[in-house]
Parts: sequence; C-alpha cells; structure tokens
Amino acid sequence: MSVFKDAGHLFRFAGLFVLAFLIFLVVRHYVVPKSFGQYGHYRGAAMGEIAAHPVKFSGHDACEACHSDVAEKKNAGKHAHVNCEACHGALARRLPAPAEPAPDMLQKLVALAIPRPVADPPVVRHADDPSSVVPERPDTAVLCARCHAASAAKPKGFPQVVIAEHSNGLPCETCHQPHSPAIDAGGAK
Amino acid sequence: MNGVEGFMYPNEVGLQWSVLIVLYPFITGLVAGAFILASLERVFRVEAVKPTYRLALLTALSFLLVAPLPLQLHLGHPERSPEMYFTPHSTSAMAMFGYVYLWYLMAVLVLEIWLDYRRDIVMLYQSSKGLLRLVYGIMTLGSTNISERALAIDDKVGWIVTLIGIPSAFMLHGYVGFIFGSIKANPWWSSPLMPVVFIFSAMVSGIAGVMLLYMAATRLRGQKIDVHCVDTIAMYLFYIFIIDFSLEMLDLIHRIYEADESFRSLNFLVHTQLYIPHIVIQICLGTLTPIILLGITQVVKLNEIVRKRMYVVAGCLTLVGIFAMRWNVVIGGQLFSKSFLGYTTYKMTLVTREGLLVAVFLTLLPLVFLWVFVKLLPPWPEKAAEAAAAGD
Repeated sequence: MSVFKDAGHLFRFAGLFVLAFLIFLVVRHYVVPKSFGQYGHYRGAAMGEIAAHPVKFSGHDACEACHSDVAEKKNAGKHAHVNCEACHGALARRLPAPAEPAPDMLQKLVALAIPRPVADPPVVRHADDPSSVVPERPDTAVLCARCHAASAAKPKGFPQVVIAEHSNGLPCETCHQPHSPAIDAGGAK
Repeated sequence: MNGVEGFMYPNEVGLQWSVLIVLYPFITGLVAGAFILASLERVFRVEAVKPTYRLALLTALSFLLVAPLPLQLHLGHPERSPEMYFTPHSTSAMAMFGYVYLWYLMAVLVLEIWLDYRRDIVMLYQSSKGLLRLVYGIMTLGSTNISERALAIDDKVGWIVTLIGIPSAFMLHGYVGFIFGSIKANPWWSSPLMPVVFIFSAMVSGIAGVMLLYMAATRLRGQKIDVHCVDTIAMYLFYIFIIDFSLEMLDLIHRIYEADESFRSLNFLVHTQLYIPHIVIQICLGTLTPIILLGITQVVKLNEIVRKRMYVVAGCLTLVGIFAMRWNVVIGGQLFSKSFLGYTTYKMTLVTREGLLVAVFLTLLPLVFLWVFVKLLPPWPEKAAEAAAAGD
C-alpha cells in the first residue's frame, strides 16, 4: 500500500491529464458542428447553406438585353470574349444594410463573446431594378493593369505594358476605349 | 517586374513562407537539442553535463512555449487553431503534429520538469509566503510527500519519461524536416535525408544554445563556470556537428552527382543569390569555422580561458550557421521557378505581422520565459544542493 501512498502525487498528475481530456471531450462535443463528417471532412450543413446563397452573376445575355449598343461595340473588338461582369462586377448586389446606431463598448464586447447571426440584406439585380443597384464605374488605371501589367509569366503575344512607363499616370481610357481597346478601332472615346 | 529574373509562374513571384517560417524550425530545433542534452545526463548518465541538466529542460520548455507563435502569426486567425485538435484529418502531417507538440509539452517536458523539481517545489512552498506560496502550492498539486521512497519513484518515472522523450524530441523536429522533405514539387526540399538533417542540426543548435546560456548565466551570477562540464558539452557538440555536416554534404554531393533536371537552376541560385547565406554564412562561417575551433580544442592542449573563449565563439557561430541553414532551406526553396527558368527575390519587411521586428521579438521572447522559469525554479546545482541539505 505504501507504494500507492508514495506515488500518490503521480496519480494526481495523471488525474490532471484525465480531467484535461474530459474537458477536451466536453468542449469538442459542443464546438464541433453536428453535421461535421456527414459527407466528408467538412461540415455537411455547409452544402445547403452555400446552395441557398442567391446567384449574383447573370451572364452577358442579361446585360445585352438593354445595352445592345455596347455589346455591338465590344463584340467587334478584342474584348469580345471578356464577360461584362468581369469588369463591372456581378449584376446583382446586396442592398446596403440599414444604418444602425454605433454600438457602445459594452455592446461590442458582448458581440465579441456571443456572436449573433445577422440577417443579410436582400440581393437585387440591376436588370430587375436599374435604379436601386447601379454598377460602379471601374477605375481603368486599376482595372486594365490587372490583365495588362507586364509579367514574365504571361504569354509573349498577350498585350502587356509596364504601366508607369506606358501611361505616365493617365487613366487608360484617355487613349483606349475599354469596350474595344485597339486605338485604330475607335481611339479615345 | 521588381526582383524577378526570367520566367516565374504568377504564384511564385511573391514568397508564401516568410522569415517566421524560418524561425519556427530554428526554435523547435533548439527545443529538441536542449532536451537531447538533458537526456545525456538522465539516460546516458554523462555526469559531467549535470550542471546544465535543469537549465536544458527549462530552456526546452521556454522555447517550446514560443514555437507555435510564428505559425500562428503567419497563418492568422489563431482562434481557429484548436480546430486542428477538435477535427484532425488523419492524412494531414500538420494535424498529427499538433498532438505530437501537445504530447511533448505536457507528457514529456512538463512532467519531467515537475518530477525533477518536486522536492524543490515542496521546499519552496514551505518556505515562501504570499502569492509565491500559492504558485508553489498549485505546483505541488497538493502533495508534499518528499519521502525517500517517493523521490526514488520520481527518479524512476523521470528516467522512463526521458527515455520516451528522446524519440518524442526526434519526432518533434523530424516532423519539420518531414514536411519539407515530402514536398515533391520542390527539388530543393524533396529529399528523404531532410528529416535526418533537421534532427542532427537541431541537436547541434540546442546543445550550442544551452552551452552558451549556461556560460552566460553562470558568469552573470558571478559563479565559476564548470570547465569539465563545458568541455564535455563541446566534445558532444563537435561529434554531432561532424555527423550533421557529413549528412548535409552527403545530400549536396548526391544532388551534384544525380544532377537531375533541377540541378542547373539550383546551382545557379547557390552561386548567385544564395552564395552569401549558403556558402559563406552557413557552410564557411557557421559550420566549418566552429567545427575547426571545436576540433582544435579536442586535439590541442589549451588553457582554460582560451578554451572557454573558443567555445563561446564556436557556439555563437553554430547558432548563426543553423539559422542560416533554416533560412536557406525555407527562403532558398522559394526563390526559383518550378519551370527552372526564373528567379525571384525575398524582401523582408520591418514592421509588419511577418516582419523583422516580430521575428526579433519572437527570438527574444523565450529568453523572457526562461528568466521567469529560472526565477521560479532555480536550475543551479548549488541551489539544488541547498534544497537537498534543507530537506535532510
């Protein structure tokens, strides 16, 4: 019996491990979502949640129904295969969330500790309600550089320029019409 | 494009792994090496290194506590890291490593330190007051049994824990090499020798680190450095360093002889961008110089002061060399294109989440932890002797 008495402290240490393991199991039970592992190594319910997201992109047909003049110009130029939404953003947008009074410090702390789900504002398509969702006018100095900034990794035949040397800070649309960018195809708009 | 020569794929231009990922294997290497040094005394009964035994354990613990921080900072969202424990994927080496880390921290290091210090903890609990008494009281886990038999049981269990700790230390650091070695898309990393090289370089850095810490701390405390102890540590450092260097050279020679399709590209890199960090700092300054210095102390009879100075210089250079090795592996492996037709550069930032200042802070943080541990649990042999005398 004296062995157990003299090794009592080791049992206490082992007890700490057992306690930590039990706490781990309890926390795990509450923290791991119930649908985890349903289909694979992820939360099964995520599939339904993602599927429920409203579709925001509509394809070029939806734009061309009203903007046939732009489509005509675009289809005649080098950007014929660039989708409208690639530059102008998705046709549908969320309406801005209604303004709420700024939370005080206590409310911020409570929100951090107990996050509560916030209902997303509704999604509206520009094609359905042109006045409520207006696509932003893209800044060509940023937008064009995304594809046309020089990079050794791009194919040699792809038009690319060193921006600083090429435009000297001027927006690209000063010389190029974005819908049909070749200068001989229309030049400055 | 800035810093890019030739052809790079778009996702290769900016480096994904920064200086923090260099720091991570450096820190875990120090942990594993310090523990191996401690095991020399405990398992292999090398009595000469006893003065560094407890310091080595506390050093390992201090660095181990900081080891995950570079990863947390690099990845961001530290609040998500427990998910690795809650829902680990069995095919993920990184997820499995989370358990190895926890095992090594709790079941090996903390348990061994607790067993070794239990007598001191009880004595300190009985002689201290206020908050310290509470801290020591918690550390006793409510048991003040320090009878001869209880201590003998501690000694036996401690020996077993250290024995289990050796393969655990190998796993802890071998894992880092395993991760790099298994990335088959990167010829600079993909080598089965990688885990072995990482383990031996870990031993080298940990032993050098504890030797320097012991010498510096003893000097700061105004005590006399146990020369026999540092001589023995230097001897082990020398032998393990030779094995480490041989393995690295074996890897290098094998790459040169094999000369696969990546060789020209890597060879160019080593002769240009990596020339200073790899050839000059890692191999010449950080490996050959300390090996020569340590070798001289082994074959030439030098006086004590000269030997100690040589150990300090060799120890510092060793740490620089091992850090350079981590740098060259992590950063070097991202500087060339997988097309073997281009190179990029790494520019370290200063005041960002993955910048130089954070790296310096994380390197110094373990020393702060160590200072606290040393204050709380003095590792010095004379303190242990005093505690033993007070207990008798």
